[in-house]
Amino acid sequence: MLKKKVNLLWLVAFAIALFVPNIITNPAYRQIAVITLIFTACATSWNMFSGYSGYVALGSAAFYGTGAYTMALVALHLHVHAGGDMFWLVPVGGIAAMLVAIPVGLIALRVRRHTFVVITIAIFFVFQLAAINFGFTGGTGGLTLPYIPWMIQNYHVPFYYVALAMLVFAIALSASVRRSRFGLQLLAIRDDEDRALGLGVKVFPVKLTGFAMSAFTIGMGGALYAMMQGQIYPQFVFDPIFDISIALMAFFGGFGTLLGPILGGLVLESSQQYLTVSYSNGSLYLILFGVLFLLVVLFMPQGIVVFIRDWWAKRQDRLAAANEAVGVQGGHS
Amino acid sequence: MTTLLSAQGISKHFGGVNALNLCSLDVEKGSITGLIGPNGSGKTTLFNVITGYVKPDTGTVTFDGRDITNARPDKVFALGVGRTFQLTRIFGRITVLENMLVATQREESWLRGLTRSMSSKSELDAAMEWLDFVGIARLAKVPAGSLSYGQRKLLELAYVLVADPDVILLDEPAGGVNLTLINVISEKIRALNKEGKTFLIVEHNMEFVMNLCDAVTVMHQGTNLVSGSPTEVRNNPLVLDAYLGGGEEEDATEEVANG
Repeated sequence: MLKKKVNLLWLVAFAIALFVPNIITNPAYRQIAVITLIFTACATSWNMFSGYSGYVALGSAAFYGTGAYTMALVALHLHVHAGGDMFWLVPVGGIAAMLVAIPVGLIALRVRRHTFVVITIAIFFVFQLAAINFGFTGGTGGLTLPYIPWMIQNYHVPFYYVALAMLVFAIALSASVRRSRFGLQLLAIRDDEDRALGLGVKVFPVKLTGFAMSAFTIGMGGALYAMMQGQIYPQFVFDPIFDISIALMAFFGGFGTLLGPILGGLVLESSQQYLTVSYSNGSLYLILFGVLFLLVVLFMPQGIVVFIRDWWAKRQDRLAAANEAVGVQGGHS
Repeated sequence: MTTLLSAQGISKHFGGVNALNLCSLDVEKGSITGLIGPNGSGKTTLFNVITGYVKPDTGTVTFDGRDITNARPDKVFALGVGRTFQLTRIFGRITVLENMLVATQREESWLRGLTRSMSSKSELDAAMEWLDFVGIARLAKVPAGSLSYGQRKLLELAYVLVADPDVILLDEPAGGVNLTLINVISEKIRALNKEGKTFLIVEHNMEFVMNLCDAVTVMHQGTNLVSGSPTEVRNNPLVLDAYLGGGEEEDATEEVANG
């Protein structure tokens, strides 16, 4: 019964999402919608590894940037026809990010907790420096992608649907991982890695696979972003704020839950973009975010989803207890 | 009887400390072997060496005729050596049943985990059966972190058993547990032993060890001091010396002799 209701909610949300470009017609706001979907997909994918396994990675922008540069470089060098054909390069960006994630994981996943966090940050900066300093990446000037000659009014609509498909993919993957034996092994690693090893879980291959899988969607996100913007700079696609943003989205909504990063991504990224566009003040959102996070950390440290779930469970318990009390008073329990 | 598990000449140094010093141990197939010794004598380190958590400096570990020295813990477990920890280690934020499922397979490729669901019908049945065996089946849906200390001990025993290992290493199964539960645990071990499971048990509770074990090895300062039947070991003057430091403390000697 509850299961059916939950499925229905997903369907309703999806149906609404399909009509967003009809409701929002201003190109600036449509762009916000696309970026929000991209970030939400990335946060969901990030949470699929970091949330389930407890390995908080703060270098995911390395994969985002890899996806973006793959899109740009392949489109430029293979002379891909500017337009819808370039969407085929989005999964290519994902695969490139995954291939990059394997050696990164081989190094970073040997250490745990705080050391892992620091190592991922360090590796991220290596990528950013490489993008700034190598010749083929265009240095600080970045790269200009083939110009897509679409009408500005509806320019963002195709991007919106591809980003939506990407988000659906990320959610479906995260949900199926959660239900698989592989997902259970990630959760076991989060709770006690050494114990899991002693129960036959091949922890290193499991961690590496999860890490590479999560890089795939993040790389696709970077590729799609690059294609939409038409111009990329190393400091914007290899952006430390990206690392922190997607982690914060997951923590805000509920770290390690399926719904948490979706909620966090939709709320935080859309409000951030909206504030930036409306007030043309790039740092106002940072102050508001700071306040918001203080509140979440103080009052719902496990994130909004877990907070509401616990509150609901307690309410149900109270109601059940009250009903029982009434039943006893009435003499028929 | 044949030797199922054997450690020969194991040494392990941590910095300047000789945790193990040419220690040897044999576990006969189908036996319940006890491993006792004062705190710091190297019992848990020996467990860690056997199960692959610690690499020994010298010596070899063989299981069922195969050399498993330096094998990784997952490999050792896959071959059929299960263990519990002195401080119970369970997966706190997943349910008791999910804890069981983590251990249901011994030898399965890691890629297989991606394409299969969390559990098959037979694995679920086996998991519930073992939970029922240790008496916590009604807690199957509860997060394991909310279990009491004693229930955690039972869960840890159950999820080691679910993979059907040939030999089970128990690190202080009776530590910090009330008398009723100690009897339950010892009864379960005996029942499993009848079905052919081999046990190696580290324990400080002498009554528990002496009642349960067929053979006992006493460790002292990182090496095996005496091995034999519980009666032989109990009457060996070396053992009392090891525990009490040469019998200088008469009061303590009396305490052990009585208790």
